[in-house]
Amino acid sequence: MDLGDIRNWVFIVIAVVMLAGSIVVVTTRNVVHAALMLVATLGGAAAIFILLGAEFVAATVVLVYIGAVVVLFLFGVMITRAPLGGQGALDHSRKWPAALTAIATFAVLAGSTVAFFGDAEIGSGDPVLTSEIGSSIFNRFVIPFEVVSFVLLAALIGGIVLARRDPEA
Amino acid sequence: MFDFLVVGAQINFWVLLALKLGAIAILIQAAVLPIIFAELKLSAHMQSRIGPYFAGGRFGWAQPIADGLKFFQKEDLVPAAADKTVYKAAPYVALVGTVAVFVIIPFSPDLIVADLNLGIFYALAISSLSTLAVLMAGWSSGNKYSLIGGIRAAAQLIAYELPLVLAVIGVVIQAGTLSMVGIVEAQIDMGVPYLIGGQILGFGIFFIASLAELNRTPFDMPIAESELVMGYLTEYSGFRFAAFFLGEYAGIFTMSAIAATLFLGGYGFWGLDSTIFGPFVLAGKVGLLVFLMIWMRWTFPRFREDQLQSLAWRFLIPLSLGNIAVTAIFKVVL
Repeated sequence: MDLGDIRNWVFIVIAVVMLAGSIVVVTTRNVVHAALMLVATLGGAAAIFILLGAEFVAATVVLVYIGAVVVLFLFGVMITRAPLGGQGALDHSRKWPAALTAIATFAVLAGSTVAFFGDAEIGSGDPVLTSEIGSSIFNRFVIPFEVVSFVLLAALIGGIVLARRDPEA
Repeated sequence: MFDFLVVGAQINFWVLLALKLGAIAILIQAAVLPIIFAELKLSAHMQSRIGPYFAGGRFGWAQPIADGLKFFQKEDLVPAAADKTVYKAAPYVALVGTVAVFVIIPFSPDLIVADLNLGIFYALAISSLSTLAVLMAGWSSGNKYSLIGGIRAAAQLIAYELPLVLAVIGVVIQAGTLSMVGIVEAQIDMGVPYLIGGQILGFGIFFIASLAELNRTPFDMPIAESELVMGYLTEYSGFRFAAFFLGEYAGIFTMSAIAATLFLGGYGFWGLDSTIFGPFVLAGKVGLLVFLMIWMRWTFPRFREDQLQSLAWRFLIPLSLGNIAVTAIFKVVL
């Protein structure tokens, strides 16, 4: 690794923050702290996307995951159960299989990434223009895009059906 | 002697970065103090009061500064029931979400921290951090008024973020770019700002949604003093309260500046050279919008929580989707 390149140092800092954050997410006994640490971890993910020149993806991560998913998370937790000072019931008796699964997933992903890309350089760091992303989604990948939107529409309708209470006839 | 500052003909990247950060730090004060003063004075005159009068000698012009210094002297209180770390971190998260938006506000074609290709999308993404700060503050205060205020604020911010983003999409479709400078240039090319040139509905939706995003009357249920003391701000005092306060007024500035850029032609004005007069033109437009916000705050009563939610979900969101459809059709046809 080239220690003279500042990008490597930035990457190391981001990676340490993400790693520490994600460890706290699974070990803390306080649900709200876990959600807030998830924000730090997701922020790190967004920073790595910026490092790779994918500005649009980074902003999407911030908007969707931090701005919507975690906020809804916190919102749900706060109106149901979020006592200050944490609680003991967060632990799970089957935590070791879960840890094993997580480590195995990481090993498979890391192994296959290294095996496939080796030390090839990925991305020059030049920002990708939003218009390029737009035209590739709506030209080359238009069918997968439509499929995904169909799935989301189905999920939306399912959510409404589950939540709504029909007036008794 | 200063060779390290200048590489080639360009200023060293890190020096430029430090200069820009310093400029923003000063700009925030320069923008926020007049807005606070305007709020104090205008509210007083709208209610037939005098308002601040003595501080500074004339008109009470030094009142915001005196208030700011007062906050610094106060004790930093943390409630015994509070979650200390989260409680202390919340004001800074609130500030980050607002200050980061300053990066993409164009004061003239060149006077902009960074004309990101993402432009307005970056602003919408980063400002969603303020929702997080409100939830953090509300929950960590360990107090039921704060918690209810935080939850109300979060529900409101989630609901009004949608019409806000959807109203911006109309402008983006019409301009064909996300870049803030690009959007202003498109309006200058067209000859009229988008407020007249097709996005009047978008502007209305954006303005209403931005009032709600800023928790300002008629959408100030999260800090409704007659019901919730001061909502999620109840326990905050001294410097941390000042940070929230600063964030709130800086938010008024950034929201007005974004609205002015997207809908009122930003730094452009007929017959004025925007490289020289740009900052003043933008300041004038921002001042107009800020006045409108203050005016609304002191003349409208507060909504009820359910009215607020149904206004967003049943009225503004369908309307803004219709606005997008109409704009897109015109874009294709013309």
